[in-house]
Amino acid sequence: MIKVYLDHQSSTPVLPQVYEAMLPWFSEYYGNASALHEQGLRAKAALNQSRKQFSEAIHSPDPESILFTSCGTEANNLAVKGTAYALQHKGKHIILSTAEHPSVENSVAFLERQGFTATRVSVDSQGFINPEDIRAAITPETILIATHYANHDIGTIQPVAQIGEIAREHKIQFFVDAAFSAGWLPINVQEMNASLLSLSPHRFYGPKGVGVLYKNRKARLSSIIHGGIQENNFRSGTENIPAIVGGGLAMQIAENERETRVSRLRVLQEKLWKGLSEQISYICLNGPLPGENRHPANLNVSTEFIEGEGQLLLCNAAGIAVASGSSCVSKNLKSSLTLTAIGLDITLAQGNIIFTLGKDNTFEQIDYVVSSFAKIVERLRQMSPMWDAFQKGNISSVIPGNPK
Amino acid sequence: MAEEYNPYNPIVMDHFLNPRNMGDLEDADGIGEVGAAACGDIMKISLKISDDGKISDARFKTFGCGSAIASSSMATELVKGKTIEEALKVTNKNVVDALGGLPPVKIHCSVLAEEAIKAALDDYIKRHPEKAALVAEKKHKA
Ligand code: FES
Repeated sequence: MIKVYLDHQSSTPVLPQVYEAMLPWFSEYYGNASALHEQGLRAKAALNQSRKQFSEAIHSPDPESILFTSCGTEANNLAVKGTAYALQHKGKHIILSTAEHPSVENSVAFLERQGFTATRVSVDSQGFINPEDIRAAITPETILIATHYANHDIGTIQPVAQIGEIAREHKIQFFVDAAFSAGWLPINVQEMNASLLSLSPHRFYGPKGVGVLYKNRKARLSSIIHGGIQENNFRSGTENIPAIVGGGLAMQIAENERETRVSRLRVLQEKLWKGLSEQISYICLNGPLPGENRHPANLNVSTEFIEGEGQLLLCNAAGIAVASGSSCVSKNLKSSLTLTAIGLDITLAQGNIIFTLGKDNTFEQIDYVVSSFAKIVERLRQMSPMWDAFQKGNISSVIPGNPK
Repeated sequence: MAEEYNPYNPIVMDHFLNPRNMGDLEDADGIGEVGAAACGDIMKISLKISDDGKISDARFKTFGCGSAIASSSMATELVKGKTIEEALKVTNKNVVDALGGLPPVKIHCSVLAEEAIKAALDDYIKRHPEKAALVAEKKHKA
C-alpha cells in the first residue's frame, strides 16, 4: 500500500547518519558528562561539539550560549518562565502574539495566574504580527517580548528582525520560538537581536529527547528545573548525550543542505496547493500564499462543509499521514489557537487539514495525495447535511471571494 | 496481517468507513437535525414510519468527526424496525455499547445521535398529533 507521510511538523525520521552517530553513546560511551574520568570527559567533549554545531548554524556569538533541554516545549517554558522569574523585580509585563504555540501561550497563562500580566497582540488574517503593535504594547513594566519565527499551524514567517530591533531599542528581552523554523529557515540570532531562541531537532531529522535554547550572554534567566549544575546552572539534569550528539549533527546537515531542501520543497508546496485548489471546490488556504512569507514545508487548508477528523481518518486509511486543527481532533474540543487568532470562520476551522512536507516527498506522492484527497472530500460532502443545504441554496459559502 | 493503527475500535472504524443508512429519505415522516454545543457539529436523521407505528427506514447525514459518523450510522441501525416508543428509549449509551465503546472525549458525539433520533421522532409526532395520543396511551398502560 502507498504510504505518504505529510506530517513533518509533528516529527521527522532520524537521518541514517544521525542514527549511526548516536549509537556509540548508548552502550559504549555511557559516561555522565559531569564526571571527571575518561567516560565522563568524553561525554563532555561530545556535548561541547554539539554546542558548536548548533552555535554555528544559528550564528550564535559563542557555543556557551547553547543550552540543552529535553524538548522544544521545555526550551519554550524555560525561556518564558525563566525570564519572568529572573526579571520580576523590574516588571511583570509580557508581550506575545495571539498565535503562539501552546508551550508559549500556556506558560504565559501560568505566569498570569501568579500575578504577571500579558498583552497579546493580534495577528492579521494571514497570521502576521505587525511589529508596530508590539511597540505600542510596551510599558515600563515590560520584561519580555515573545514571538514565533514561523507559525507552527499556518507557516506564516514573522518579521522577527524588526521586532528584535524594537526590543533592542527598549532594552527588553526578546524570545523567538524557532521550534518549527530551525533547519528550514535561515537563523541568525544576532541579526534578529534575539536574547533567547528555541530549537527542536526532531523537526529537522534529528532525534526526540532534546531541545535547544540559545541564550545570549546578556539575557537574564532563572532556572526552572533545580538540581545539579548542568548547563551552566540553567538546566539541571543529566544530559541526554545520544540525542544531543544526534541533534547537533542533524542541525549541521540541515544547515548544509538547507537551500537544496528548501528549493525542492517550494516546488512540491506549490504543486500541492495548485493541485488541491484545482481539483477541489470550496477549499481555502490558511496563511500566506506559498512563497517567501510562508514556511516551505507547510500547507494549511480548510475544506468547506465537512469536518477535519473525518478527512484525517480517511487520509490515514489511504496511507496518507496529515494533521488537523479541527476542534473534533483536539482533546479539549477547541480549534487551534492560530485558526482562532486569524479569525477563520468556525466551520472552516472545523474543516482544517495541515499538510507538512519533508525532504523525501516526491512529485508522484503529491499527485496521489491530490487525487485521494479530492475523493475524500467528495465522499464526506455526500455525508454532510451542510453540503446538502448549500446545494439547495439554503446556506452560502463563507470562503471570501467564493460565489454565494 | 500487518497491525492496524486506528484511533477507534474496529466496530467504530467499520461504521465510519462503511456507514450504514447514509443519505436522506424522499418523503420522510420525521426529520431531526441537531447541533453539538461542544464542537459545533451537525447531525440529521430522517425516518420513515409505517402506519402501525414502526420505523421502516432511517437515514443520516452528519457533519462531524469519525465518532459522530459512526454513532449516526449505528443509531439508524438501532432504531430500524423499532416502534416509536421503543425508539424513544434508545439512549446514547445504547449507541456507545453497540459500537463497542468510544473514547471518553467522544461520548458527546453519541449524545448527538440520541438527540437527532428524538428530534426526528418529535417531528413525526408534531406532524401526526393523533399518534402522540397513541404513544401516550401505551406509555400509560405500561
Ligand atoms: S462531532 Fe466533534 S468531536 Fe465528534
